[in-house]
Amino acid sequence: MSMSYTVQRSTKASRVAMTVGVLIVIGLALAPYWASRGDLRMMVEIFYYLALAQMWSLLAGYGGLVSVGQQAFVGLGGYMLFALAAFGGVNPILALVLAGVITALVAIPTAFVAFRLTGAYFAIGTWVIAEVFRLGFAQVSALGGGSGMSLPASIVRSIAESRSGREHLVYWIALAIALGSILMVFLLLRSRWGLAMTAIRDSETASESLGVETYVTKFLVYVAAAGMTGLVGALIFLQKLRISPDAAFSVQDWTALVIFIVVIGGIGSIEGPIIGVIVFFLLREIAADWGSWYLIVLGGIAVATMLFAPRGIWGLISDKWDINLFPVGRRLITEKD
Amino acid sequence: MDWINAIVQGILLGGLYALFAAGLSLMFGVMRFVNIAHGDFIVMAAYGALLAVTFTGVHPLLSMIVVVPGLALMGYFGQRILLNRTLGDDILPPLLVTFGFSIIIQNVLLEVFSADSQKLQAGALETASIQIAEGLNIGLMPLLIFLSALGVIGGLQAFFYRTSLGRVLRATSDDQDTVRLMGADNAKIFGYATAIASAVVGIAGVYLAMRTNFDPSVGPARLLFAFEAVIIGGLGNLWGTLAGGIILGVAQTIGAQIDPGLQILAGHIAFLIVLVVKPQGLFPKMKG
Repeated sequence: MSMSYTVQRSTKASRVAMTVGVLIVIGLALAPYWASRGDLRMMVEIFYYLALAQMWSLLAGYGGLVSVGQQAFVGLGGYMLFALAAFGGVNPILALVLAGVITALVAIPTAFVAFRLTGAYFAIGTWVIAEVFRLGFAQVSALGGGSGMSLPASIVRSIAESRSGREHLVYWIALAIALGSILMVFLLLRSRWGLAMTAIRDSETASESLGVETYVTKFLVYVAAAGMTGLVGALIFLQKLRISPDAAFSVQDWTALVIFIVVIGGIGSIEGPIIGVIVFFLLREIAADWGSWYLIVLGGIAVATMLFAPRGIWGLISDKWDINLFPVGRRLITEKD
Repeated sequence: MDWINAIVQGILLGGLYALFAAGLSLMFGVMRFVNIAHGDFIVMAAYGALLAVTFTGVHPLLSMIVVVPGLALMGYFGQRILLNRTLGDDILPPLLVTFGFSIIIQNVLLEVFSADSQKLQAGALETASIQIAEGLNIGLMPLLIFLSALGVIGGLQAFFYRTSLGRVLRATSDDQDTVRLMGADNAKIFGYATAIASAVVGIAGVYLAMRTNFDPSVGPARLLFAFEAVIIGGLGNLWGTLAGGIILGVAQTIGAQIDPGLQILAGHIAFLIVLVVKPQGLFPKMKG
């Protein structure tokens, strides 16, 4: 008796998800024509949190790089946008893209320093680096020092003449960035780098002995995630039109909440951050006037998830029904002849 | 003389940082465990001292009688009930659980005590100083904190090298699995280690409350100072941690001497320089 087998990547669930996903994306792209101004604003927020969550999940869930300092790149991206647009005279949309590129470039020397530490120490090291960025930008008086700066009105008008025109443009950029972040993780995971990352996650020593360049792989993932995070940061402050060191480099807003989203949704999957961000915003709507109790409850849920269901909501779902909406893994299908 | 003064004050400040760091260093040494909420536990101890002083009217130093055992008990049961569940090969659970604690503690303190800045009044101790030379005074309080740091680290060192529990803890640090084979109960040992570390956190918290203003948000910065002192000094070396605290303190006071806005930044940069030049720290005893 011989066995024949095929390697399957996409599944029925993933093909259905693809179709539904395309329909949802079309609906979202048309949102400026059906959603209210307030809804659009909130959806921009949802999109940038989704992108941040995808990047953090990529680092921690696949790269084994638990960073508590991603706010360094959010803030840097935001500040680069303001600096390029206000002092370089660069068109804000072009500045947005450049801010992402510059952030990725700055992440290269940053990685050399941060990678001197591993594991838990890497986590706190990234936080120190983010603090250096925050305190450093607070010293730059041209950018408003500790109190920050607003984007000059002439530059705001150069984005689009009318207020609604600007809001629609920011919305579409946010949607594109959110989809881009999902696509980036998806393509990365399907590439040979993704295979290397999964191997490193499962056993760093074993993968190294099989010839996986663990340092180079982690380095590239870190720099790529930083670039995308910087792009998101530029978008965040393009929407806010005002930046300050404390807002730009906030560990609570750009790392703590993002970690809670990923942990609750499910770490190390593409679906997890999507679910996490939906849960997060639902909870935020319910808890709108709870004050600091909201963060206490959210933190409590994240801690409980980590203790009792470490792979989050998506982990529970995929274990129960064995489904994958994004075909990044490989399944072995065997048939008896 | 300004510079000499800055260095002397920095050395004394380093004593406080060493107290912040000793608990972190101990927990990492025994369990390979990094508590992201470490700074928030220090701040929680500071609020504990505030409560003790407010309700009983005793001198802040005496609040240690309640705060230190209180923290030790919390540490023991927190480790046994919650944190032991997170230990294993995966670094994510302990990091993320303690990160969650950090946010929860900050917001509970905010809800209970408001964001107002607090400070414990230590009476005559606060203003008393010894004049060493013209323009160089040593405050009695910073000196007391520095001497306490020496005492705590000397005490921990004696405990680790002279007692049987200390020996078990050192053995656990070297090889957890073998210690278990020898009949030790790791869950209990970890509880003791965290209890001791938390007692030190209690001392650090009371001194924090006496020496500086504090509010619910200052924990993370204390964690970073503690972490930097541990890494500068080298992992697993308590006297190294004291040296790391002093280097950090001196870097900060020198930075502040150049420009008050540079104090914290100068400390972080000193840490990053050590990290780049000597990633194992200045006096390493074990491999991270």
